[in-house]
Amino acid sequence: MEVGLTANGHAERHDVEPRTLLVQYLRDACGLTGTKVGCDTSSCGACTVLVDGESVKSCTMLAAQADGRTVTTIEGLGTPEAPHPVQAAFREHHGLQCGFCTAGMVMAAVSLLDEVPAPTEADVRLGLEGNLCRCTGYHNIVQAVLAAAEHT
Amino acid sequence: MIPAPFEYVRAGSADEVLAALVEHGDEAKVLAGGMSLLPLMKLRLATPTVLVDAGRIADLSYVRDAGDHVAIGALTRHRDLETSELLADACGALRGVAAEVGDNQVRHRGTLGGSVVHGDPASDLPAVLLALDATFVAQGPSGTRELGANEFFEGFLETALEPDELLTEIRVPKSGPGGWAYEKFNRRAQDWAIVGALVVRVDGGTRVALVNMGSTPLRASAVEAALAAGDDLVTAAEHAAVGTEPPADLNASPEYREHLARVLVRRALEGAAAA
Repeated sequence: MEVGLTANGHAERHDVEPRTLLVQYLRDACGLTGTKVGCDTSSCGACTVLVDGESVKSCTMLAAQADGRTVTTIEGLGTPEAPHPVQAAFREHHGLQCGFCTAGMVMAAVSLLDEVPAPTEADVRLGLEGNLCRCTGYHNIVQAVLAAAEHT
Repeated sequence: MIPAPFEYVRAGSADEVLAALVEHGDEAKVLAGGMSLLPLMKLRLATPTVLVDAGRIADLSYVRDAGDHVAIGALTRHRDLETSELLADACGALRGVAAEVGDNQVRHRGTLGGSVVHGDPASDLPAVLLALDATFVAQGPSGTRELGANEFFEGFLETALEPDELLTEIRVPKSGPGGWAYEKFNRRAQDWAIVGALVVRVDGGTRVALVNMGSTPLRASAVEAALAAGDDLVTAAEHAAVGTEPPADLNASPEYREHLARVLVRRALEGAAAA
């Protein structure tokens, strides 16, 4: 079936099987490999992207469900020269160790700050409960999101 | 992990869903947000050959004041429940428990109807609907029928819905903003409850419901009866596991679940009394 969506401002249209997951569509059809597949069971959050501005786990959504929608991945957030405030805060506060969870963590944080612009530390910890860091680097991740909240 | 192949049908209305169910029979499954069904399909525990996507039927997503109850469209997302101004006043328990489902990403996709038709005794929201005696409205080829919460949940992953029926609305009697507490015990933040206990006070009485203590969500009737007879909270909570048949799995033995139920019910009774 034809699935078309807007990914990071670009119109995409690809012929895929109905069972294609959104994360496969983004990685394999669109070439947007910044989004990672971690647990593949909607537990870890590494595959988090924004659909119409809200965080979702793209391993547990069909591409067909995103047909016609607007999707933002880590590639669409900022550039190395002009990072998004959340990306800049992760760099400044060392909010990453191995980096595997980072794309999902950042996208979940962007969605969280959109819904809760001035979060407490508890809000951030609760708001990121769907994202696991295998390095257990949560402390700096939380500090980064709190810092980003002050700059957005 | 990728689901087994299926034919994808996008439905624009409840009638289109029903037509697809008539045409394809029990080979078809209805997709709402997909937070329960897609994981099952990826694990090949569900292998529908036709997937009827109801997720875009906007007129099945609403939270409306209907006098003595709140009428909620089956496709209303958990996110919409946890942020509903109407529910904050009319049914704080439903709003609060919706905020306990999964994580933000799951609540952005998952729906009330999708959750309850899955019939998972480990789900959070059925406990509220059971405690408040919600009514489930099902639409089928021969019309609409209403089911009480006590007859809707029939067994493990089984509900009273027929294969050709679609759940369209859930009617939740108003219970007010406070007077409730939900205690959920799990290991990872976004996991299903190993055991959960909901307490909500309605019309001077106390209702108690249990999550994951049997093949369906359950009312802790012995606790409710003890409270009605004048027992104090701590004594009443000792009856929390009476009549339950908790499962054994990797997380907990039945005996441990019975212990958890007594502890969580006591905490929830204390929380609801203070709320």
